[in-house]
Amino acid sequence: MNDVLDVAWRLLAVFVAFLVLPLVVGQTEHKVMAHMQGRLGPMYAGGFHGWAQLVADGVKFAQKEDVVPAAADRRVFQLAPAVALLPYLLVLITIPVGPGNAVGQAVDAGVFFVLAVMGVGVLGSVMAGWASANKFSLLGGLRTAAQLLAYELPMLLAAASVAMAAGTVSLSGIIEGFHWWWVPWQLVGAVVFFTAGLAELQRPPFDMPVADSEIIFGAYTEYTGLRFALFLLAEYAGIVVLCGLTTVLFLGGWNGPGGADGLGWLWTLLKTAVLAFGVIWLRVSYPRLREDQLQKLAWTVLIPLALAQIALTGVVKVVISS
Amino acid sequence: MILAAGHPGFLSPTGVEIAFVLVGLVTFGAALVTVATRQLVHAALWLVVTLGGLAVEYLLLTAEFIAWVQVLIYLGSVVVLLLFGLMLTKAPIGRSPDADSGNRPVALAAALVAAALLVWVVVDAFRSTWIDLSTVQGSTDVAGRSLFQHWVLPFEALSVLLLAALVGAIVLSRRNGRPAGKETR
Repeated sequence: MNDVLDVAWRLLAVFVAFLVLPLVVGQTEHKVMAHMQGRLGPMYAGGFHGWAQLVADGVKFAQKEDVVPAAADRRVFQLAPAVALLPYLLVLITIPVGPGNAVGQAVDAGVFFVLAVMGVGVLGSVMAGWASANKFSLLGGLRTAAQLLAYELPMLLAAASVAMAAGTVSLSGIIEGFHWWWVPWQLVGAVVFFTAGLAELQRPPFDMPVADSEIIFGAYTEYTGLRFALFLLAEYAGIVVLCGLTTVLFLGGWNGPGGADGLGWLWTLLKTAVLAFGVIWLRVSYPRLREDQLQKLAWTVLIPLALAQIALTGVVKVVISS
Repeated sequence: MILAAGHPGFLSPTGVEIAFVLVGLVTFGAALVTVATRQLVHAALWLVVTLGGLAVEYLLLTAEFIAWVQVLIYLGSVVVLLLFGLMLTKAPIGRSPDADSGNRPVALAAALVAAALLVWVVVDAFRSTWIDLSTVQGSTDVAGRSLFQHWVLPFEALSVLLLAALVGAIVLSRRNGRPAGKETR
């Protein structure tokens, strides 16, 4: 009975984190963008610093009518937001936040699990793009699928480098093997992983699939109300997951000055938050790339860098162990 | 894989075995719909269910690593590429009248023969071996060891084969009418 209760508690905690953290990132994005670009809108609602903007957004989304276009494929159209959102919830369950047992559910092959399940989220966008019966949506879906060709491989290779360094594919095992000099050692891999992750999340500068000035909002053009909000939530949950993963794989997770015991989870959250701030910063400061520019970047820069990182990891690993 | 001394019977199945059969039935059903549906994109989406069901079967057999790789490669990449191709070729919403090539009886016969062959081979190879699932049989450690100790030669041969296929695909795709190097910019 105790086991069941334990599992239930963990899942509840992960679920609460899944509901809260993406909203925190979303609210932060409003405010950071408002400050950086001198936007007045997000600073208005509710008075002080526009604190109620998020509430207003929520009310707006909940009020809007849930429209399914007449020519759309109803079931696929309605299913797509769930397919886009749920994988991130599953991934969040396995990300360790603190030493010992502070994880929703430890998975033996954690690195493979998170990369595999995160990859499934793309299906949601592709399904939405096809089922909407809208040319802009179709273009968005096509761009989403094309983008996959660019980011999937460098992301896997960069993650493989860390797994080689730690000698394990378990996420908590990787953090336990972490030493501070891993940061410079795996720096190239970290940059490749994070860049490829941005492309997976379709965040600027890689937001061609939703490019609002070219194809309205890509695969999500026909969505309204709560289903549209679910897609947005998936984007912010993706930011949380990507930053959390980069923290776990490359920045030592709960390790930090002052020891891992007690305050370890705080270090994880802090590193994740700093990375998330970086993601937002990139959105306000970088122009959008074209789809072919992303392919070129991935195949001529990211993949060679990732391969070089793997070679470096292998060499250092052999030198250390001999 | 061990040969259990006292043979576990078929009449008192454990929870895992029941789940295995149920998931197997769902997977089989999804596979049937995949080949039978007239809607092209729906076929691809049912393929997702089929491949996902296979991943669950691997999980139930404690082969965690294989299960995640199945999800990573097939669900995350192959099916997305398939959908990409379908979207490029204007797959309509609703039924595709030309989705059926009229080869149903032949395809059915081929499928039955292939299935019979596979079942016969597997049954003949494993007859009365019983996998004890109470200990993990397919962890990353075990899979890695057997792959890179016992099966390293086939593994490398396969990678050479895949490389050859890759180079062949590139060569074929570059030769569309005009000589390489003179392509339009």
